[in-house]
Amino acid sequence: MTEMMLDIRNLKVSIPTDRGMLNAVRGVDLQIAKGETLCLVGESGCGKSLTATSIMGLLPRYARVTSDRFEMAGQDLSTKTDAKLAKLRGRDVAMIFQDPTSALNPTLTIGRQLTEGVMRHEKLSRSEADARAIEMLDRVGIANPAARLTQYPHGFSGGQRQRIMIASALMGRPGLLIADEPTTALDVTIQAQILTLLGELQADLGLSLLLITHDLGVVAAIADNVAVMYAGRIAERASAVELFAAPRHPYTKGLLAAIPVPGVTRRGSELPAIPGRVPGLIGTMQGCAFRDRCSIAGPECANDPVPLVSTGQGHFIECVKAAEVSV
Amino acid sequence: MLSFISKRLLVALLVCLTVSALSFGLMFVSGDPAIAIAGAGGRAEDAEAIRVAYGFDRPLIVQYLDWIGSALTGNLGQSIYFNVPVTEIIGNRVGVTLTLGFISFLVALVIAVPLGVAAALRPNGWLDRFALVIAVSGQAIPSFWLGLMAIVVFGVWYGWVPISGADTWQGYILPVIVLSYYAIPELMRITRSGMIDVLATDYVRAARAKGLPMHLVISRHALRNAVLPLVSLAAVQLGQLLSGSIVIESVFALNGLGRLAWESLLRSDLPVVQAIILILSLLYVVLTTLADILNAVLDPRLRGNS
Ligand SMILES: Nc1ncnc2c1ncn2[C@@H]1O[C@H](COP(=O)(O)OP(=O)(O)OP(=O)(O)O)[C@@H](O)[C@H]1O
Ligand code: SF4
Ligand SMILES: [Mg+2]
Repeated sequence: MTEMMLDIRNLKVSIPTDRGMLNAVRGVDLQIAKGETLCLVGESGCGKSLTATSIMGLLPRYARVTSDRFEMAGQDLSTKTDAKLAKLRGRDVAMIFQDPTSALNPTLTIGRQLTEGVMRHEKLSRSEADARAIEMLDRVGIANPAARLTQYPHGFSGGQRQRIMIASALMGRPGLLIADEPTTALDVTIQAQILTLLGELQADLGLSLLLITHDLGVVAAIADNVAVMYAGRIAERASAVELFAAPRHPYTKGLLAAIPVPGVTRRGSELPAIPGRVPGLIGTMQGCAFRDRCSIAGPECANDPVPLVSTGQGHFIECVKAAEVSV
Repeated sequence: MLSFISKRLLVALLVCLTVSALSFGLMFVSGDPAIAIAGAGGRAEDAEAIRVAYGFDRPLIVQYLDWIGSALTGNLGQSIYFNVPVTEIIGNRVGVTLTLGFISFLVALVIAVPLGVAAALRPNGWLDRFALVIAVSGQAIPSFWLGLMAIVVFGVWYGWVPISGADTWQGYILPVIVLSYYAIPELMRITRSGMIDVLATDYVRAARAKGLPMHLVISRHALRNAVLPLVSLAAVQLGQLLSGSIVIESVFALNGLGRLAWESLLRSDLPVVQAIILILSLLYVVLTTLADILNAVLDPRLRGNS
């Protein structure tokens, strides 16, 4: 049994809105082993960012969160106060965001932003923290790192800033790194470099990596396992090899079939479009959320709960007809 | 940074020159100043004598250079009404206005900024609503009315504070309250909206993701960015408070610059009016320049390449 870095069961996140309760995450299970890269894919608005943010404990105050289990490196996070969670952030788990241009504070130097976390967590002196910052900047491929510490973010390109954000996330030597669409805001040529860097760092440092991306090419290249999310639930989960070779959920099949050349996505790394619309997330939902768009939907798909089918080797499909769906 | 400051100072100098030319021109907007001094019913010979005595017969540019030259050496001319140097009259009055203005400004900042921050931390919370009530009423209630009410209630009914004048420090209490209450809503509003914007940014999220405690996230990351618009507004507000509120000074019978300007205008004492306008305009230039420099200190992007 491999050691678990993250073990979440039945995570629900709801947000009160003017139109009623928006049930954005509706019972998600997510396991990541130590040193594993899990890619989370799914259409815009299906709840990927909320899931990731809940791991950081950074959901908005008004969000309602429940789960049956929420463990990170063996610690139960669900019972921890925000002050306790703050001690884990940046140290056990770190996160990088979509838009590196806005994720760095324009009024503080790079050095200050890199070191402030570890100086607090690990009580490092300024020179120790600076030394680590230089080491990390060097690692992520920033040339002449020592001189960069006194510079402000506006002197750096988008790609460089994302490298700096990665360095910043690694400063506390976290076991789990969450990257929420880390390349969407970047130039296409830079995207590949950043993702390659992430993959290398993950392998070198033995990180567990939760990577949210729309780019199925990237998924094929660096994921150990893939979770496909749809309307607040995990529709299918499998190893990357298995998922690309033998997708079982009609939604996953639709996604993969929409890719023009296997392993290559279109420019802008948009997730391939499949016909139909995502159901509204306000209020409760009966049966399979995908059935309006599913070509093989039948009357039994309207029943609750939708069965979770396992084919072994960690391949799970949430679909009544998963057993019948041909490979 | 140095090049930014020198550029900014150059701009300030140009504005000063324009402002001085405008206040110099004031002397002539109401027509021939010699006739104004001689009085509407005065004889033509008197006006002519005055014209020569005051040098109004010389070319305008010469008069301007002469005026600005002596202004630079601290000579702002003679008051026509009192026949003493303008600087002396202003010197007697400026203390009251500066005291009132600065104290009101500090009181307003000390109340408005924390309240704005607290309101932004929980939008629509009870504190936010309370702050909104203060802001709306502060903007809706005219200062003179509030001032008069304060005098009636605290001065006349309770007798806690003097009802007029500034002979003792207690005399400043009510004017400071009324004046800062006038300044608070705008300062609070801009702090709140700036803070709400900044709290929603990715770098604040990133700061929290590093595990910084909330008070550091607010003070180090959020506030520093949120105060940028506040600094510019505060400079203008301080300028307004220091320009002496004619209304407040009249209501509380304080002998400040605002009241002096008003009285001098009624007395056609143009050199005094001119000097006050010049001083206050220059004050604005100094304050906005300082605000820009302070902003550049806070935000490296404003400094250009350094
Ligand atoms: N703070 C919020 N207030 C209200 N609704 C929210 C908030 N955050 C997310 N939502 C809603 O919750 C749903 C899930 O959002 P989430 O950001 O997790 O989607 P996502 O899968 O990350 O999408 P994307 O690919 O566009 O980033 C969306 O419908 C979104 O509109
Ligand atoms: S449960 Fe029914 S509707 Fe849902 S994916 Fe399976 S077949 Fe389609
Ligand atoms: Mg997202």
